[in-house]
Amino acid sequence: MTERRAFDEIMGQGDEADGRPEFAALARWIRETPLGELQRRQAAAEAAFRTLGITFAVYGEEEASERIIPFDIVPRVFTAGEWDGLQAGLEQRVLAINAFLDDVYGERRILSEGVVPAELILANPQFRTQVAGARPPHGIYAHICGIDLVRTGPQDFFVLEDNARTPSGVSYMLENREAMIRLCPELFEMFAVRPVDTYPDTLLETLRSVAPGHGGNEPVCVLLTPGHFNSAFYEHSFLADNLGIELVEAADLEVDDDFVWMRTIEGRVKVDVIYRRIDDDYIDPLWFRPDSMLGIPGLISAYLAGNVALANAPGTGIADDKAIYSYMPEIVKFYSGGEARLPNVETWRCREPEALRYTLDNLDKLVVKLVDGSGGYGMLVGPTATAAQIEDFRAALIAEPHRYIAQPTLALSTVPTLVEQGVAPRHVDFRPFCLTGTGGVKIVPGGLTRVALREGSLVVNSSQGGGTKDSLVLAPPRERQAQSQFQFQGRG
Amino acid sequence: MRLIIQHATIYSFAEPQSRLVQLLRVTPSSYAGQNVVDWQIDVDCDARLKAGRDGHGNETTMLYVNGPIRRIRVAVAGEVLTDDKAGMVGGSPEPLPPILYTRPSPYAAPDRAIAEFAAAALADAGDPLGAMHALMAGIHRRIAFDQAPPANRVRTAAEAFAADKGSYLDHAHVMIAAARSLGLPTRFVSGYLFRSNDDGPRRAGHGWAEVHVPDYGWIGFDAVNDHCPDANYVRVATGLDHGEAAPLLGARTGGGSEYLEVSVSVTAPEVTA
Amino acid sequence: MLSRTAAHLYWIGRYVERAEFTARLIEATIRLDSLAHTPAGKGAWESALAVVGAEWSFAATGAEQGPAPVSRYMTLDTTNPNSIRSCLDHARSNARAVRTALSREAWEAINRAWLGLRNTHNTSGGPGTLALLDQLKAEARGFEGALHRMLRNEASFFVRLGATMERADNTARLIDVKYHLLLPEGEKVGGPIDRDQWTTILQTVSAVTSYRWLYREGLRPRLVVDMLVLRKEMPRSLAASAEEVVSLLNLIGKRTGLQGEADRLARLRQAALNRATLTGIIQSGLHEWLSAFIADNARLDTAIAAQFRFA
Repeated sequence: MTERRAFDEIMGQGDEADGRPEFAALARWIRETPLGELQRRQAAAEAAFRTLGITFAVYGEEEASERIIPFDIVPRVFTAGEWDGLQAGLEQRVLAINAFLDDVYGERRILSEGVVPAELILANPQFRTQVAGARPPHGIYAHICGIDLVRTGPQDFFVLEDNARTPSGVSYMLENREAMIRLCPELFEMFAVRPVDTYPDTLLETLRSVAPGHGGNEPVCVLLTPGHFNSAFYEHSFLADNLGIELVEAADLEVDDDFVWMRTIEGRVKVDVIYRRIDDDYIDPLWFRPDSMLGIPGLISAYLAGNVALANAPGTGIADDKAIYSYMPEIVKFYSGGEARLPNVETWRCREPEALRYTLDNLDKLVVKLVDGSGGYGMLVGPTATAAQIEDFRAALIAEPHRYIAQPTLALSTVPTLVEQGVAPRHVDFRPFCLTGTGGVKIVPGGLTRVALREGSLVVNSSQGGGTKDSLVLAPPRERQAQSQFQFQGRG
Repeated sequence: MRLIIQHATIYSFAEPQSRLVQLLRVTPSSYAGQNVVDWQIDVDCDARLKAGRDGHGNETTMLYVNGPIRRIRVAVAGEVLTDDKAGMVGGSPEPLPPILYTRPSPYAAPDRAIAEFAAAALADAGDPLGAMHALMAGIHRRIAFDQAPPANRVRTAAEAFAADKGSYLDHAHVMIAAARSLGLPTRFVSGYLFRSNDDGPRRAGHGWAEVHVPDYGWIGFDAVNDHCPDANYVRVATGLDHGEAAPLLGARTGGGSEYLEVSVSVTAPEVTA
Repeated sequence: MLSRTAAHLYWIGRYVERAEFTARLIEATIRLDSLAHTPAGKGAWESALAVVGAEWSFAATGAEQGPAPVSRYMTLDTTNPNSIRSCLDHARSNARAVRTALSREAWEAINRAWLGLRNTHNTSGGPGTLALLDQLKAEARGFEGALHRMLRNEASFFVRLGATMERADNTARLIDVKYHLLLPEGEKVGGPIDRDQWTTILQTVSAVTSYRWLYREGLRPRLVVDMLVLRKEMPRSLAASAEEVVSLLNLIGKRTGLQGEADRLARLRQAALNRATLTGIIQSGLHEWLSAFIADNARLDTAIAAQFRFA
């Protein structure tokens, strides 16, 4: 596996200088733009991000302690055909995720029919007893999903992770594009790139569509943030500004009579939809963690009474739990009636004795993950691990096999990336953002491409030295373009 | 048996509060073995009450008060007819399957000591039902009942197991943690207990554990009294542990400290008369 | 606008104003101290503490009274909730919470003032401190300028409302303390020390030149009081502050379409000040009159917080 060169999304697998024919112009641009010029533009983009305050990491005493996530000037590109395939697969997946959530918090058909072991759902802390039996307005649970995809070949996309709680990163999709248009306008003349700046309007439309009831007034939507010390605060304020909605903290909201109200200088204003960026555990101290200082007492009561829509609904974590992930192909099939268009990465559930045996025998080849870990922690990458690390994991696996899953080490696709020595291939993943409202699933053509900046590294998490790239989705050839734009406007 | 319950909770605040929001689980439901004849919630100030139901099927009441407020009295009173079912729970609303109650919960996560204690009980008894009775008796012997109402901070099962005396919460949480460590679905029940040798109103309600025993179903175990609930017990709310079944949970907007006064009386007119 | 946002903005206004006033007070006190012969110098620092209501809290620190400890306490001490450093800490953390509601320029002025003081650990209480205070005053002026260049919307109105409320309180305290605490025993009213002290007051509110413009006569305590209480031409006078509070509340009311207790109290106060005469005030007892004014101002502050749901 390691001898074969990974598929490069721009250069392909062959040795032609211009790579894949559809992106030959980009390959030439990479080759012909002087390195110094690429570096200058990249530095300009990063300086702009810093000024805008697009920062990550904890808000310390010093402004300087805030980091920006490295930005790479070389974009990644998807053809119209590739995107159509992805879109169909993503749509099928998020519809299934919503149907699954509606089922497990309602009738539990999928459990009674034995498709997923009941214990795996019900005994899982991510299945929230607080909201069991309750149905959110319009039956939609996961309004905003960030589906992490990886690629190993021209047609080979896999879902690595479903993020159905409070996925972040969409501000990078939007800001990276802004930077690219400003700094590399020639690329947008070279390619007909579909816009991503429709995202705020599409999100607002999605949020409004799921407001409870059908009162004549325009629904009031707000974005709930844990506060300015939160590492993703920039994204929260960026989105609230771009949606034109209030950015609220817990202290701005109160629940009375099972309705949610926002405290303003003009009096109390009833809130219909809350795009919340606070985890379930902290959202209501009466129903979840009593020590939460970020929550709103009674919010869950308002939700249970059907008086407010929470995006995403409480309890969606059961759909993206790593322990559930391996059942996603069956789940998609159960609700959509067809095979999953986007396959999973092959996964061994270590809770099953045979899978555990296979995993223990192949630790040096596999990626082993904690089902309740995140951000690249609690993870073993067999091929690059030391013998000691492997033995540590072996012991942990034997002690608590149910906490682990194992996956093959994939030859993740690469994209040319500007590094110190010049432009070189680096591994990437991709997170498109799927919005589900009463009008169906809408996916803005684009997403967040994360790139592992260290040579050979497969870990793209920003906490582990990953960077981001713009992700260009090309418009279809001309005759189809007019039609698809018409359709897009028709839905909007 | 006819039981009359009066349960008053008074909160006083050192400074006026601008808002109060409370989540109440104080309303029992009727099912085989328990018939609620009459039940009321009274609040001594302008408040809005909203009824609801939680995932476990408990009836909930949200209480909203706009201040300024320095004191509030929430009184619950009613009459319940009970039968002795030797701890067996039948016909109660069960929206969630037993398997859910095998998961660990914050107050009732077993530690190694509890797991060993439970494993020993099972080894001695041979079957789950016998093991549960042994655990109940063992906890009863091990943790002396402390009359004082539970402290502000609820202890975890592990902390309670390491202590030599404790409240009904401690007994119940240790029982839950022990039974769960054996893989048995177990939950917390909050409710009321009639004591025929009653010496006046108490300062707290009561609580115990329920275990889903193979071939039997849900059975109550009260380790405080080493006894399975009979006609003297009224079941009010259930949950994974006390955190999900507590009678009153509150949040307030305003500074200063808070004083809590609880008075619970359970009487049986036919018995006491 | 969210009530919390309004509250943050209001407190930015109050804290920046309080920091600036304290800076002016220390500056004028240093001057008074250097002019006068002992024991007036000691009295100068004592009364500076009295103006900001910090006699007891300073005494509790156990430090000796004197230029260095008092000026350090009022400038840098983090245990003093009203030291310039504490005020700037509060102003900055309020500003950070509503950064998008402020213009970049306004934020930067606060942040620069905060940064400027952050690495200062000592003040002499003598002329060496003056440079630091000058810098602070410049940042405060920069903030005020930035505020006037901000959009004329609720955001700027709330900051100015906070600043004006704070200014009214500060000016009232300043006059009150001079009238009752300052003069050392044995000194004559109208004597040289007395004169220096009145000059100090004018310096604290940067009104030495204005005084000469308004009054042809030399320095007369009565006229200083007249100027600081009743003259609307004087921006820091109580009358001017009362008027500005009314007009800011009107501007906010026009936006929200709501009026309330704060509007009523502010208009009552303005009307009372319009009717007031210097003779009337002095006959009723200046101290009593000022104490009532300070209490009214606190009531108005509470009414503002209630009307806009700050808490």
